[in-house]
Amino acid sequence: MRFAVVVFPGSNCDEDALRAIKSVLNEPVDLIWHQTASLEGYDAVIIPGGFAYGDYLRAGAIARFAPVITEVKRLAQAGHPVLGICNGFQVLTEAGLLPGALLPNNHLQFRCDIVGLRVETTRTPFTADYRAGQQIRLPIAHAQGSYFADDAALQELREHDQIVFRYLGGNPNGSVDNIAGIVNRQRNVLGMMPHPERAIHLLLGSSDGAPIFTSLLRSWKEAVYA
Amino acid sequence: MTFCAQIHVTLKPSVFDPQGATVVRALGTLGFDEVADVRVGKYLEVRLTAHDEATARQRVSGMCETLLTNPVIERYEFTLAQEEA
Repeated sequence: MRFAVVVFPGSNCDEDALRAIKSVLNEPVDLIWHQTASLEGYDAVIIPGGFAYGDYLRAGAIARFAPVITEVKRLAQAGHPVLGICNGFQVLTEAGLLPGALLPNNHLQFRCDIVGLRVETTRTPFTADYRAGQQIRLPIAHAQGSYFADDAALQELREHDQIVFRYLGGNPNGSVDNIAGIVNRQRNVLGMMPHPERAIHLLLGSSDGAPIFTSLLRSWKEAVYA
Repeated sequence: MTFCAQIHVTLKPSVFDPQGATVVRALGTLGFDEVADVRVGKYLEVRLTAHDEATARQRVSGMCETLLTNPVIERYEFTLAQEEA
């Protein structure tokens, strides 16, 4: 399974994502510059954390016009898994690949912590290796992680089992309905504020992020979501 | 013709504005108890050329809807003024 990790000017979790793929899966993975116009041959895409284009105007607002995003949209349309982490989540909402938007944290502080989460659905290629309702711990590091969707969009997310992670034991940013991560209707595009790529080994404080990557590989091999 | 668009971007009324809430509290501690609400937004000035005002207006709306605002959380309004060449 071949992974592409998109790199924007200002990305800063690209190496972590690359390392997570290598270390957890030992599958081929490349860093892909945002000006790249083709993602031919890649099976999955990760949009990493950071501050793409300095988050000028709004987080993700300018990144979504990068040439590579046209290709990310094509792959998403074709059913390939696309994982947006933190700033990647912001980019995916701005690009219209996920509903809603990310607002500044309701307390206006940058929050860097390890938080509790509940896995709300295992019916995605990203969470198949968790147990439904499993409680996990993942790092967060963001100032604009307050997920917002209007009532109609929220209703839709709930109805179609698109809420993948919720914060447990306190909401670190004021997100609506304690949402930490969602998938699209086709279930192949996941956006999440916590950082699974920084939690792949107990030495890092948690290995609870590793199942995201093993789930992806297993779902791809078994063609569950192809 | 050259125009200047003065664009105000604010969060939709349904979206909580933590900056605005903080400013309300700060004003209160300074004795401005009469303040009921503050919304913090963005202000942009865009200079552009267009054949006429209607075209300029349409182009600025396009800019607001594609890049300058996120319609999920924000709304905008602008005024357009013609500038001396």
